[in-house]
Amino acid sequence: MIAQQHINPATAASSLPESITVGESLPRGAEILIEALLHEGVDSIFGYPGGAVLHIYDELWRYRDSITHYLVRHEQGAVHMAEGYARSSGRVGVALVTSGPGATNAVTGIANAYMDSTPIVVITGQVPLPLIGTDAFQEVDTVGITRPCVKHNYLVRDVRDLAGVVHEAFFLARSGRPGPVVIDIPKDVSAARSSYSRLSHIAFPCREKRTKPDPRAISRAADACMRSERPVLYVGGGIVNSGAADELLAFAESLRLPVTPTLMGLGGFPSAHPLCLGMLGMHGTYAANMAVAESDLLVAVGVRFDDRVTGKLATFAPHARVIHIDIDPANIGKNVAPALAIAADAREALAALREEVGARASAETGASIARRELWWERIRAWQREQPLRFDGSGEHIKPQTVIRELHRLTEGRAIITTDVGQHQMWAAQFYPFTRPRQWITSGGLGTMGFGLPAAIGAQLAFRDQLVVAVVGDGGFQMTNQELATAVQYELPVKVLIMNNGYLGMVRQWQEMFYERAYSEVDISVAPDFVKLAEAYGARGLRAARPEELPSVLADGLAHKGVAVIDVLVSKEENVFPIVPAGSNSRDMIFQSEGV
Amino acid sequence: MRHTLSIIVADQPGELSRIVGLFSARGFNIETISVGGTLDPEWSRVTIVTSGDDRTIEQIVKQCERLARVREVRDVTSQPHIEREMALIDVTASPGAARQEVLSLVSVFRAKVVDISHTRMVIEASGNREKVEAFVEMLRPLGINDITRTGRVAIGRLSNGEEDEQPLAVGC
Repeated sequence: MIAQQHINPATAASSLPESITVGESLPRGAEILIEALLHEGVDSIFGYPGGAVLHIYDELWRYRDSITHYLVRHEQGAVHMAEGYARSSGRVGVALVTSGPGATNAVTGIANAYMDSTPIVVITGQVPLPLIGTDAFQEVDTVGITRPCVKHNYLVRDVRDLAGVVHEAFFLARSGRPGPVVIDIPKDVSAARSSYSRLSHIAFPCREKRTKPDPRAISRAADACMRSERPVLYVGGGIVNSGAADELLAFAESLRLPVTPTLMGLGGFPSAHPLCLGMLGMHGTYAANMAVAESDLLVAVGVRFDDRVTGKLATFAPHARVIHIDIDPANIGKNVAPALAIAADAREALAALREEVGARASAETGASIARRELWWERIRAWQREQPLRFDGSGEHIKPQTVIRELHRLTEGRAIITTDVGQHQMWAAQFYPFTRPRQWITSGGLGTMGFGLPAAIGAQLAFRDQLVVAVVGDGGFQMTNQELATAVQYELPVKVLIMNNGYLGMVRQWQEMFYERAYSEVDISVAPDFVKLAEAYGARGLRAARPEELPSVLADGLAHKGVAVIDVLVSKEENVFPIVPAGSNSRDMIFQSEGV
Repeated sequence: MRHTLSIIVADQPGELSRIVGLFSARGFNIETISVGGTLDPEWSRVTIVTSGDDRTIEQIVKQCERLARVREVRDVTSQPHIEREMALIDVTASPGAARQEVLSLVSVFRAKVVDISHTRMVIEASGNREKVEAFVEMLRPLGINDITRTGRVAIGRLSNGEEDEQPLAVGC
C-alpha cells in the first residue's frame, strides 16, 4: 500500500521537503526518530541505554507521556520482549539498544526473529560518523554483524534520511514474510537537526513483492484435494502470521482433510478438533508422521520443510504429490521440490481454495469426502495404536502432568511462551492450543532464555490475559534477570520452571545416542528459585511432590503479581515419541529401552 | 552447470556485501563477480558466474530477489547473450624470436599490446572465457610473469532481443 514500485533508490530524503536548513529551531535526529515511531503507532519500546543512544534517551524522557520505554536488564531480553509483543499482537515490536555490546547482545534476539518470521524493528546506537572504522570505544560493525539475520538493515548516515528509513523499516518488517529490521544510528546523526513532516506516503525503493494466488493453480490444487485419497494438510507459522486460521478451518472442514501443524503452526488450527492429527515432526504424533509418510497428497501451507519436520528428506512423504503454498518464494523448492507451487499469502490462498471447493457441486464434494473414509480409518487406527502418552505415576512429578494440570487450571486459554528443549516439546504436546498467537515459542533458532522475556512482551500487549512462561531450569537462568523488568512494570507473568537439574534435551540425546555419557549437563547446582523470585520482589512457590502440584500451581497462577513456580520434575524423563535426527519418520521411538 | 546471473542492485554502500554474504552463508559458489554502473546511476549491475544444478540456481535467484535493494535478478545463461572476460598478461618477450612469437599470438587472438619493456610485454586480451583461457595457455610456455583477470560481463544479443530487453550498460 505504501510501497511504490521501482522508484529510484535515492533515499527517502528526496521526498522530504527540500527546505531543510540547519538551525536550533529544527528537531534533532532523536526527536525525528520518536516522531516517526509515533507515526507508525508505536507506544512501547523495550530498551537499554548507553553512550551512543543518549540523545535518543533524552528525547524519550521528553516524550514519556506518549511513548513508554521499558527498561530491560539485558539487551537480549529487550529483543525477545519485542518478539513476544509482536507475536502475541501481530504488531511490530520495537527494541532500542546502544552501540557495541548493546548491539551484539541483541543479535540472538534478532536471529531468533529472523528464523521465526517475527516483525520487529531494532534500533541500535552507533559511534559518531567520523569515528566509524577507527575501532572507537563501543564500536562494532552492527550492520555487518546483523546482515545475515535481518530482512534489511540500515546505517543512517544523514539525518534527512532518518524518517524515511524508519517508515520503510516498519513496512519491510511486516510485509510479505515478516522479519526483523535493524536501524543503526550514529550518535551525531541523532544529534543533527533537520525538519520532519508527518508524511503519510514516503517513497522508498523496495517493491511490494506480494502476489495474488494464481487462479489456475488454485483450481488445480482444489482438483488435487478433491481427487486425493490420502491427503494431509501440513500447516505452519504462515497460518498464524497471515491470520489464516479461520480460512484453514473452513477449507479443511469443507473436504474433511486431516491437518497437522508444525511447532510454529500450533494454534493455527484447533488442537482438539477431530481433523487435527497433532504436531508433525521429530516429537510429533505417530498419527501425523504416519499420515504424511503414507499420504498421496501433501498440501503444505506457510511452512518451510524444516529438518525437524522432515527428518531424512529422501524418505519424507515419499508417495505424495506436494503442493506448496508460501508467501516467500525462496521457501518453495528450497528443501522439497513441489509438484505445484503457489507463492502467495496463506490466508488469500486458502480463501481462494475454499471458494473454489465451495463452487463445486455438492455431489462432487460428497464423493470426495466419501473417497477418504478408508484413509480416516487408517488414521484413527494410528491414533489408537500410539497416542501421546506417558506414565504419570511414581513418587516424582511428571513434566507432562504439569502441562496437563496447567491446561486444566488455565482452561486452555493462557498465552504460553517457552524456551527450547524438553519443556517446550511437552508444552507443545500436552497443551491443546485453540487459537493463533496463543503459543509463542523459539522455533527455528531454538533459543534458551526466550520464554520469560517473550512472556513479558506478550503480557504488555495483553494486560488482562494470563501469560505463562514454561521454561527449563537451564534456559530460565539465561534471562532470569528480566524478572526485575516484569516486577518494575507490574507485568504479572507467571514463570513455570520444569526443574529437573539437567539440560534435559541434551541429556536425553546423550542417553539415547551417546551411551549415557552425561557430559556437562548436570546443572543441579543452581540458585533456590523460590528465593531468587523473592529477591526480585516476585512471589516464589515450589512443588516437589505430585500431591502438591495442583494447589501450588493454582496458587501461583492466581497470584496477582509476578510469580515463579518451581516444579521439581522427575529428572530423567524423556520426550517421546522421537524421530532421531536425520532419520526416516517411520523410525519413531516410543519409549526408553528397557523401560 | 555454469550460469551467468545478472543482478540489478541499488548503488549504495553495503549492497554488494549483502549479495556476496548471501552466497557464502547459503553455501553457493561464486566463480567470478564483476560490478559496474548501469545507464541509471542509482543502480549497479552485478554479474556473477556460479555453478549448480537447476534447483540450486533457482534458489540463488530467489534468495537474491528477497534482498530489499535488489530490483531484478536474471539468469542470462539460457537467453541469447554475449559474454566477455578480460585479462592483462605480463609475458616475457625478449627481442627476437620470442617477441615475434608473442606478437603473432596477439594477432591471432586479436589481443592488444598495452605496455612494453626490453624483455617483457603487457597484453590485453578479451573474449569469452574459452578464448581467454586458450590465449593464456598459448602464452604460458613463453613465460607468463603475472596475470590479472576480470570477472565475466554479459549483455543480451540484439538479434533475438525484440522482446523487452532493456539496454545494458556494463562496466568492470
